[in-house]
Amino acid sequence: MICCYCKDKQATVHLTQIAGEKMQKVDLCEECAKKKGVNEPTAFALADLLCGLGASTEMEQASGELRCPQCNFTQADFKKAGRLGCAECYKTFADGLEGLLETMHKGTKHVGKVPYALQQTRELNDRLRQLQKKLDKAVADESFEIAAQLRDEIKQTREKLTEISTP
Amino acid sequence: MNLHEFLISPDQAAQQQGPHSRIVMSSRVRLARNLKAFAFPGWAKKAERIRALESIRPAVEALPQMADSFAQSMDTLSQMDKQILVERHLISREHAAKSSGSGIVLNREETLCVMINEEDHLRMQALRPGLQLKQAWMAIDQVDSKLERKLEYAFSPTLGYLTACPTNLGTGIRVSAMLHLPGLVLGEQINQIIQAVNKLGLAVRGLYGEGTEALGNVFQVSNQRTLGETEAEIVERLSKVLAQIIDHEENARAMLLEKKPKVVYNNIGRAYGTLANAHSISSKETMNLLSLMRLGVDLEMFPDLDRALIDELFVITQPAHLQKQFTEKLGADERDLVRADMLRERLRNVRRPVTSPLAPAQPASPPPPTTPPAKSDE
Repeated sequence: MICCYCKDKQATVHLTQIAGEKMQKVDLCEECAKKKGVNEPTAFALADLLCGLGASTEMEQASGELRCPQCNFTQADFKKAGRLGCAECYKTFADGLEGLLETMHKGTKHVGKVPYALQQTRELNDRLRQLQKKLDKAVADESFEIAAQLRDEIKQTREKLTEISTP
Repeated sequence: MNLHEFLISPDQAAQQQGPHSRIVMSSRVRLARNLKAFAFPGWAKKAERIRALESIRPAVEALPQMADSFAQSMDTLSQMDKQILVERHLISREHAAKSSGSGIVLNREETLCVMINEEDHLRMQALRPGLQLKQAWMAIDQVDSKLERKLEYAFSPTLGYLTACPTNLGTGIRVSAMLHLPGLVLGEQINQIIQAVNKLGLAVRGLYGEGTEALGNVFQVSNQRTLGETEAEIVERLSKVLAQIIDHEENARAMLLEKKPKVVYNNIGRAYGTLANAHSISSKETMNLLSLMRLGVDLEMFPDLDRALIDELFVITQPAHLQKQFTEKLGADERDLVRADMLRERLRNVRRPVTSPLAPAQPASPPPPTTPPAKSDE
């Protein structure tokens, strides 16, 4: 068996990780194992290692020969580095990444912190949509006084939105 | 400003002890963030990295928390300076290898440190002595909330904060604590604990993070998953696990004293003997023996010794800190000599460990009149 990292020397270190339903195997030569800190079993995380190995095969199967339009990154690069090229890569390689994220994380949807400006923008956009609906109805009902009021509110909300989006 | 003038002296730093300092040496929370406009540092060309650094660094320096900070581009720091920052656990070994296009901003109190263009554009961390995960998280969350107003982060509503490695995706948070676990190591329970902790989706690493040895019985425990859980849940879960590890360590120590007092006294006595009398000693051996002395302090075997001195020695006996005190370049062999000199000097007034007040009632058979054997099964 050949080392799956350097693809050169004989693999003598064999690791297996079972996460949930999935089992992943890594076979390394002594040198690569040392480089990755595998000789000290307490001191390394298999996921870090897999990030560049099992991960890339999974991506390859799912995404063929893709290239990120933003930064020119390919999954061959991912295989080499275990890291992505830019934020846009997450869209480019989305299909291949999904399975990987499932094995790596608790879920595949972010539930944590959201940048304040973004959250505000979301809320204001929701509000705009509601106001617009009300306005349409007011116009249809020929309640022009209410319509004028709504128009002002919409204008204010729009102003707030531009305020937030320009830092 | 020069790094050595800026850094808190190791003896002062060691005085800062926190809750559960007996076992938890420090707490740390780091957040990974990237800018939308630039490729991740590992993929970006040098010119792009420099542009990213130039837009990030002023934003970080302008934070109120970073008043009077130490801010430098990595190419202006010497190898030794970088190594000192690693030995103080302020930057990663990976970051120490960076040069132009990467930077560091460290606050006056050394409680906040931002690495620019490490693996991600921003790796910001808050550090606290002892067990203070929540405090550390709140501190770094505030920094992040201020920064997001000035920098446009790469963020996806479904995937969260986008990071160079998918392992950090989502919250980009890594919550970790550095634990001193000599009881579990001596009691040979450490592997069991590591396995149990791993099963919970947490990582156990050595003294300097990823891929490093657990020197001096010091282990880092941290979360591994960052997506699909909130920051608060991650902090909470780690806190619970740490509380259990602390219990296990305390139990292991009590059990060792009860069942194998001679093993404990022998280890600690020999550690003291070597550290206080050696004329040449490596950094690795020093750390492992200091760990045993630290245990001795916790077990009240060194009544006149403060734990802070041991913690200070942990830092200043490491290669770069040792080298810093000498103008001429020292080889590893020479360092071993000056390290031993320093240890003998600093431990000169520390009296031999006492075992009587804490020693449990001796079994009926009296100990042999001769001195105990010099060698155990090492």
